[in-house]
Amino acid sequence: MSLESYTGNRGLVIEEPLIFEQGEAQRSGVDLPDVPDVPDRLGGLARKGNIGLPGLAEPECVRHYTRLSQKNFGIDTGFYPLGSCTMKHNPRLSEKAARLNGFANLHPLQPEATTQGALEAISLLGQWLMDLTGMSAVAMSPAAGAHGELCGLMAIRAALEDKGDARQIVLVPESAHGTNPATAALCGYQVVSIPANEKGRVDVAALKAKLDNKVAALMLTNPNTCGLFESEILEIASAVKAAGAYFYCDGANFNAIVGRVKVADLGIDAMHINLHKTFSTPHGGGGPGAGPVVLSERLKAFAPVPFVRQGKNGLELVEHCLGEAEKSFGRMKGFHGQFGVMIRALAYILSMGGNGLWQASSDAVLNANYLLARLSAELTPSFPGPCMHEALFDDRFLKDTGVTTLDFAKAMIDEGFHPMTMYFPLVVHGALLMEPTESESKQTLDIYVETLLSLAKKAKAGNAAEDFKAAPRMTPRRRLDETRAARSPVLRWKGEAVQ
Amino acid sequence: MAVLRFTNEHEWISFDEGVATVGITDFAAHQLGDIVFVELPEIGKAVAKAGQAAVVESVKAASEVYSPASGTVTAINQAIVDQPGHVNESPEGDGWFYKMSLNAPGELSGLMDKAAYDAYLKTLDH
Repeated sequence: MSLESYTGNRGLVIEEPLIFEQGEAQRSGVDLPDVPDVPDRLGGLARKGNIGLPGLAEPECVRHYTRLSQKNFGIDTGFYPLGSCTMKHNPRLSEKAARLNGFANLHPLQPEATTQGALEAISLLGQWLMDLTGMSAVAMSPAAGAHGELCGLMAIRAALEDKGDARQIVLVPESAHGTNPATAALCGYQVVSIPANEKGRVDVAALKAKLDNKVAALMLTNPNTCGLFESEILEIASAVKAAGAYFYCDGANFNAIVGRVKVADLGIDAMHINLHKTFSTPHGGGGPGAGPVVLSERLKAFAPVPFVRQGKNGLELVEHCLGEAEKSFGRMKGFHGQFGVMIRALAYILSMGGNGLWQASSDAVLNANYLLARLSAELTPSFPGPCMHEALFDDRFLKDTGVTTLDFAKAMIDEGFHPMTMYFPLVVHGALLMEPTESESKQTLDIYVETLLSLAKKAKAGNAAEDFKAAPRMTPRRRLDETRAARSPVLRWKGEAVQ
Repeated sequence: MAVLRFTNEHEWISFDEGVATVGITDFAAHQLGDIVFVELPEIGKAVAKAGQAAVVESVKAASEVYSPASGTVTAINQAIVDQPGHVNESPEGDGWFYKMSLNAPGELSGLMDKAAYDAYLKTLDH
């Protein structure tokens, strides 16, 4: 049967033109009164021509945006195994808490006496983060993971400069998150890369060879982007400390170790925590997220303002670099951080409790190992298990089939699965990185596994390349030309101005 | 006669009559896939051996290009900035990245020649 249709629609998946390509300029969803003929005060600057707004009736407009929303795919639609992203369920209870009038309708400039509950919520969440990590201080204001990385490095920089020991280099292993080198560069450091060993972990000898008195910090992701725990982390930490450098940990993968590992015991000086991943608030497509940073005793004094402290008349915000905040490196965000995300995270933590958080990280790791074990029947795992919260495969199983990782991922879409992360991390060839999280049931994982196994068998059976290259078939758009999109992007609709 | 050498990060450098030309190898271009963005150093920039000199992005990955030798950038290939596809078409020819003067031409002796590089490629998984 041909998939082409007269309308371009596929059943009830409706072809959706841009809003500018619909309706006609003269049409309107509302009756506006005629503009009274009064002299304007614009001094001749009034626009002469028509601005060309689209003209749609209300039902057309409603349908346009409803259809667009139906093309969205998220964790509420289906399994979303994107690696390095922790797409887990966002409990509705947390949403309800964030929408409480007393939280949702606060203004950040209200007098502190009227925001005591909000300050207590920030303070309580901060206390939980310090308890879960064993660290001495927490900066709550960073607005995302990479912002948290920057916060950590700025604290490290302030601490080094306070000692009169400004350094130039930040070491970043190959198995670190891609944002780490960008953060170091933004903070003014030269980035030096450390290779991974054959076990997918930091090559400690190579690291030690690069550690000298020019190195300000090591930025390590743990568990790393191969989904592996850096088993030599204690040796790494003591080598970093002995070189007079600081140890930054990217905590984006904290979901794998909450309640299991105290970050302070690993010798870490600073680590950001992605509230939107580990503590489950909606994210993707640009946020909002929140990336509070926990700090060691030796970085505590350099934490950014504002922070909450107990004052004579209740809780108060320290907003200036004076007194106890004299050494603070300053402010990195307007107001107090992503308050709505903090409330969701706090609601999640309190509803789970300490034991629940422990159970969640355990289940996340169990689910990933289930995928690793079952998929190894047909796919090629990059490193021997067990893994942490992510299972990593490479494209050796597709060798000589003519099918690439990209083709394989596109074929998954036709089977109703959002693809996993592809071609990252770069340390393995044609990577397929999947993170099931603790949210998924065994039934979901089994259907996913069976689907991937059947696709792998189909690819290996031979003569399947053409079929795979034609995927996806069932989506509103077929295979997109990513090269052309990147080389000649069309970023804005430019029609003929409507007169 | 021009000297052609390779790094294990898959850059090539050719040195002839006092001018060195740098680019990425056929293997690197093939591994990256369709290249969609190239950032080149400024003319006059001092680059260190194994220091970051350029950035190349494909639909699959972003990656740094490290200078095979230390020296000063004397020319850049604007054509690959305007049309990054040139790198895929001719990585070891028209798709060169930049030209440089060398601080110490002797540095090149530490790099691989064509035969050694081909042997090195065989040791890689793919």
